[in-house]
Amino acid sequence: MEIEQQSFKRVDLVTVTGRVDGSNWSELDGAFRGLQNDGRYNIVVDLEGVDYMSSAGLRALVAALRESKNHKGDLRISNPSKRIADVLSLAGLDTVFSIYDDTNSAIGSF
Amino acid sequence: MTEEREYIFPGRFDQVEELCGLIAAEAEKIGFTDDEIFRIELACDEACTNIIQHAYGAEDEGEIRVILQQTENAFIIILRDKGRAFDPDEVPIPNIPSDPNNIDELRIGGLGIHFMRNIMDEISFSVDGSGHNKLIMVKYLTRSAKR
Repeated sequence: MEIEQQSFKRVDLVTVTGRVDGSNWSELDGAFRGLQNDGRYNIVVDLEGVDYMSSAGLRALVAALRESKNHKGDLRISNPSKRIADVLSLAGLDTVFSIYDDTNSAIGSF
Repeated sequence: MTEEREYIFPGRFDQVEELCGLIAAEAEKIGFTDDEIFRIELACDEACTNIIQHAYGAEDEGEIRVILQQTENAFIIILRDKGRAFDPDEVPIPNIPSDPNNIDELRIGGLGIHFMRNIMDEISFSVDGSGHNKLIMVKYLTRSAKR
């Protein structure tokens, strides 16, 4: 898994690629916590390059969503592949996250 | 006739991908569709993660024994470990609120078991005569299968 971060005026973009599972979910969790510790609560997570995510990865996304919402921010998802959309749906989380087909729309939504 | 293969992996998170990849390769040979294979791999990942996290309580505390059986109409995955006995009924059920604004009501503990139950056609947990945990997961071949 690789994580890239890019800051915009009102939002931070976190681009994740590769596989997110029990072996590395804490790196993703740490990236979100780092942003939120700096007071950055508006986050877009681009999942286009993620080909696999287990419940461990979902746990990191949900923890960050909760923290952002508790500080009047949000964590929005862009570009999930069919596989990742399937995982989100299987978990019932497709209605919990705001999900966008492209990253620019997700960034522009803040 | 039943075909059977057996493998042993150390109980570490960095082994789970290879272990599940092996199961996915077997599922492909049997003739499951790509979507089914992805989901079977996910269910196995969740099962192995539970073994390391909850049965053993940490990495490198024991091994995961994998037994794969293929019958005429089913793929049977048996995972055995020597960790603490596991009662799936004690695992909380995820709570996904219908209103996404009710974020404080969102509870995703137990999501791994939820995936396993929803993906596989049958799952059962038991402790065998030698005190080992035994998880049996069954996925039936449907008409969508390639063979």
